[in-house]
Amino acid sequence: MAKARASKKTPIRVLIAKPGLDGHDRGAKVVARALRDAGMEVIYAGLRQTPEEVVRAALEEDVDLIGLSILSGAHMALFPRILALLKAQGASNIPVFAGGIIPDEDARRLKKAGIRAIFGPGTSLEEIVTTAQSLARHTA
Amino acid sequence: MKAAPRLPAAAKAIVDGDRRVLARTITAVENGDPSADRIVRSLYTRSGRAPVVGLTGPLGVGKSSIVNALVGRLRALGQTVGVIGVDPSSPFTGGSVLGDRIRLERRADDAGVFFRSMASRGAAGGVAAATREVSRLLDAAGFDVILVETVGSGQVDVAIRDIASTSIVVVVPHLGDEVQTLKAGLFEIADIFCVNKTDLPGAELAKKDLSELVSLGGGRSGWVPTIVGTSTVKPSGIDELWNDVVAHEKFLDSSGERTQGERKRLSSEIVGLARDRVGQELTRRLERDPSLRRLLDDVVARRIDPRTAADRLVTGSRRAR
Repeated sequence: MAKARASKKTPIRVLIAKPGLDGHDRGAKVVARALRDAGMEVIYAGLRQTPEEVVRAALEEDVDLIGLSILSGAHMALFPRILALLKAQGASNIPVFAGGIIPDEDARRLKKAGIRAIFGPGTSLEEIVTTAQSLARHTA
Repeated sequence: MKAAPRLPAAAKAIVDGDRRVLARTITAVENGDPSADRIVRSLYTRSGRAPVVGLTGPLGVGKSSIVNALVGRLRALGQTVGVIGVDPSSPFTGGSVLGDRIRLERRADDAGVFFRSMASRGAAGGVAAATREVSRLLDAAGFDVILVETVGSGQVDVAIRDIASTSIVVVVPHLGDEVQTLKAGLFEIADIFCVNKTDLPGAELAKKDLSELVSLGGGRSGWVPTIVGTSTVKPSGIDELWNDVVAHEKFLDSSGERTQGERKRLSSEIVGLARDRVGQELTRRLERDPSLRRLLDDVVARRIDPRTAADRLVTGSRRAR
């Protein structure tokens, strides 16, 4: 059964997770709530997720989209690991976006590695919502 | 004696343990996608094997934490578990934050647990329209026990009763005085009362109020609801809680209540499905049939009343002149 992409009629399902050892998840919660208010079903996995847990949750929940939030600085280790695990599961088609404290140089490399969008501090919620919608709906 | 029925490929994959196909099929069932139809139909005969344990109760009483503790207990007993966690959809935007997963602690490589979050999508009663069929999919996928966590329930959210073989009503100390326990609705559906957060003061009083309720009798079936105190902060009571579930499941078999209950539930399910079909058919007719559109015009113009219009709709377009 091929995955039917989220259509206009069915809600977008998105996983919001915080991989690694961050201490708080305020930013992730603000984004989760904005996506909720945009009509999405947000599976909130919360803090201290391993890459394996993130991928497992994404597959069980059959999400259209994965949002990762990170503040700890471990993104160069954790994000590529998540992308690799998705690939190993044949799930590279699930778009991944990220937000948090990610230096520009790292952001460039992560985008090259397959993270579809990266949001730094000060990004408007509208921009995040619009990007998330178009990622979920226009992905092969 | 088993005439192995031919299964669609996706149904076979689910039975054979393919979790990705299971996950996608659940999405399709939730979305009312026709691609799920044959799968759901063909797997029905393979369901009805696993106990379906419902956990309900007001928001914040600790349902998710108890689900997590039960998952741990069941895994220690060597049983596999499928979990459905239902959370509410916004009546305004249709959006939802599904947070039941956040309490789940399990090894990321443990194939013996499958957790699925589900939004209520406008359904009243504490579960989603798809919850029953998804619990059957998990059953057919071979999980030994199915746990269903409802949305934080109000007094009349009792739909879990139509899905679960054992219903656990979770409460906490200081929810109200003993008169609250007399009120109709939620407290009537409990096979087991779970007084959670026994680490807080007032737990003994809550248990006492419930045991007075139970001692008043008047239950539905000859089963006397049990009362278990639990805490997930200072872990206690979870083994006892599970033992009570097992005892209730045994009672269902030995008393004949399981079959009785199933007949009742399935009869209302069939009627409900048929009603949906008929309703869709009527809506379609009203939208397409020009003579029925005139009927609607007549009601809008106050020339005839809605009851008469409904009579004509049911008896068909020929009399709708």
